Amino acid sequence: MVWFILRRAGSAVIVLFLASILIFLGIRALPGDPAVVMAGEEASPAVVEAIRHEFGLDKPLPAQYVDYVGQTLSGNLGRSTQDQLPVAGILAERLPVTLELSALALLVAIVVGVGAGIVAAVKRGRLPDYVATGFGLAGLSVPHFWLGLLSILLFAVTLRWLPASGYVPFTQDPGQNLQRMILPALVLGTGFAAILMRQTRSAMLGALSADYVRTARSKGLSETKVVGAHALRNSLTTVVTVLGLQLGALISGAVVTEQIFVIPGFGKLTVDAVLTRNYPVIQAVVLVTVIGYVLVNLLVDIAYAFLNPRIRLSGGRHD
Amino acid sequence: MSLLEITDLTVDFDTEDGLVQAVRGISLDLGEGEILALCGESGCGKSVTAMSVPRLLPPDTTRLSGSVKLDGRELTTLPESRMRQIRGKDVSVVFQEPMTSLNPSFTVGYQITEVLRRHEGLSRKAAGARAVELLELVGIPLPARRVKEYPHQLSGGMRQRVMIAIAVACSPRVLIADEPTTALDVTIQAGVLDVFRDLRDRLGTAVILITHDLGVVADIADRAVVMYAGRAVEQAPVAELFARPRHPYTLGLMNALPSAAVNGRLAEIPGMVPSPLTDPDECAFQARCGRAQPDCRLRRPTLEPQLLDAHLAACFHPGGQS
Repeated sequence: MVWFILRRAGSAVIVLFLASILIFLGIRALPGDPAVVMAGEEASPAVVEAIRHEFGLDKPLPAQYVDYVGQTLSGNLGRSTQDQLPVAGILAERLPVTLELSALALLVAIVVGVGAGIVAAVKRGRLPDYVATGFGLAGLSVPHFWLGLLSILLFAVTLRWLPASGYVPFTQDPGQNLQRMILPALVLGTGFAAILMRQTRSAMLGALSADYVRTARSKGLSETKVVGAHALRNSLTTVVTVLGLQLGALISGAVVTEQIFVIPGFGKLTVDAVLTRNYPVIQAVVLVTVIGYVLVNLLVDIAYAFLNPRIRLSGGRHD
Repeated sequence: MSLLEITDLTVDFDTEDGLVQAVRGISLDLGEGEILALCGESGCGKSVTAMSVPRLLPPDTTRLSGSVKLDGRELTTLPESRMRQIRGKDVSVVFQEPMTSLNPSFTVGYQITEVLRRHEGLSRKAAGARAVELLELVGIPLPARRVKEYPHQLSGGMRQRVMIAIAVACSPRVLIADEPTTALDVTIQAGVLDVFRDLRDRLGTAVILITHDLGVVADIADRAVVMYAGRAVEQAPVAELFARPRHPYTLGLMNALPSAAVNGRLAEIPGMVPSPLTDPDECAFQARCGRAQPDCRLRRPTLEPQLLDAHLAACFHPGGQS
C-alpha cells in the first residue's frame, strides 16, 4: 500500500514538472507584451525596456524558466503587474474563498447526489425513482449562470431570504459568511449532484442485482446492511471516479458562479487576470489549478486502492 | 412430522410476456438429516421451488400460493423481519456461482463472521475464531490465513467451500444447495459433495440439492424428486429411482447420461419444454414422449404409487427401461 502511494506520488511529480513547462511556454505564447501593458500605452521605449529588464523578460526563455521554477519553489510567485502586490499573498487571500465554495458545493453534491442515487436505485421504477431521475435530468440540463440568476431573483429579490451577492470572510462572521455562500454553493453543486445521482443510481442498480447481494439477503441481514454495506461498498468506486473527473468541472463552474454572485475568489481572480494580461497571476492560477487536479487524481487513486482490494493487494498492477 | 413440508406450492412471476407459471403445485417433504435432490432441466422450477423456502424470490414480481412449513411453522405468511431471523440461521443457501456470490470488497473472514454476529450474537473476536474453525470444517487449508484474504485470492472450489462455511455457520436445519458443483471442475466436485455428506453426518443438516446432474444425485442424495414444467413427475429413494425409473422423462434423463451413451452418442430427449405461460389439462411431457397415447392429451396425470409406496410417478403409461 505504501509502495503503491509512493509510485502514484512519483508520477504526480512528473506530471507537475511537465505542466510547469507547458504553463510557462503557454503564457509566453499569448499575444501582447506585458511590459507594454504595465508601462501604459504612452510610455517611452526606454521605460518599457526598463520594466522588461526588471522582470527578467529580456532573458532567453530557458533562463526565464529556471528563474520561474526557482522562484516558485521558494514560495515567491512574483508580483502582480496590476498593483505590484505579491501573487502569493493574493492567492492566500482568494484561494480559501473558492475552496470554501467548492467544499460546500461538493458537500451538497455528495449528500444530495449519492443519497438520491441510492434511493432511486432501491425504489427503482417507483415514484422516488421518477422524482430523482427527473430532477437529475433538469439539474444536468440547466446551465450554472442561468440557475444562479434565477435563484438570486427568487431567494434574494422576491423572497428576500438571502443576500443577493457579496462575501464576508468566515473568520469575520461565520453566520453572514454561510448566508452568502449557501446560494452559490447550491447553484454550483446542483449539476454535480445530478451527475453523481445518475452514476450512483446505475452503479447501485448493478450492485443490487449482483449475486453477492442475494448472498447477503440469504444470510438474513437487514435491508439497511444489504444496501448500505454490501451494495454501496461496490458502487463507491464509480462514485469516486465521477468525483475525480468532475472536480475539474467544479473549478470552472466556480469561475462562473463567482462572477454571478460577486465572490472575490479564485475564479474571479482568474478572469480579471486574463483580461489584464497579468502574467504572474495567470501563471500562479494555472499552476495552482494543475496542482489541484494532480492532488485530486492522487487522492482518487488512493481511494480506489482502499475501496478495491484487488488494486490494493497487487500494488496497482492489476489487469 | 417432517422437518420441512411444502404443500401445493405454486409460484408465478409477473413478466412483460404475461404470468410465467414457474411452479404449478408441488408438494414435498424433507426429513431431518435427509439429502433430497431436486432434478430436472433448466426452467423446470427446481430452483424456484427451493428459493421459496427462504423467500429469496423477487418480492415485486412473485406471486406465491400454497404452504411451506418448517418444524410446523408456516413461512409464507411470516413478516419479513421474522423471516430474516430464519434466513442464514435455520434455512441457508449455497448458490450456484461461487465466483460472483461472495462480495469482492470484503474479506472471507468478514463474510463469515457477519452471519455469526447477526444470528448467534457472537463478539467480533469469538466470531473470528469460529470463522477459522468453519473454514477448517469445510476443508480449506491454512484457515487462519485464508480468513484475512479476499475472494479474488481464492480459486472457484475454495470460494464454494467458503460459501458452504457461511451457509453452515449457524448450524442450519435446512441447507439449500443450488447447483453447488456445476461451476466447478469435475475433480473438485467430489470434494465439495463430500463436504455436504460430512456436514449431514456431523451436524444432522438436511439438504435440498438442486441439480440437473443425475451423477451427483446418484452419488449423494437419499431421495430424488424429478421435476418437469413446474411439477414433480417422479419421486423415489435414489437406489429405487435408478434401478426402476418409471416416468418416461426420468428415463430420458438417464439415457442422456454419458455413461448410457450408445456408440458414443448421447440419447437426447426430442422436442422442447412446453410454454410456461399456458397450462393445458394434459400431460406436459406428452409431446416429447415416445409412449404417449391419446389419453395423455385428455387430462393431466397425478403422482401415483408405483411398485413401492415411496416411489411415485405421474404417468398413465409408466414402465421400465424400454
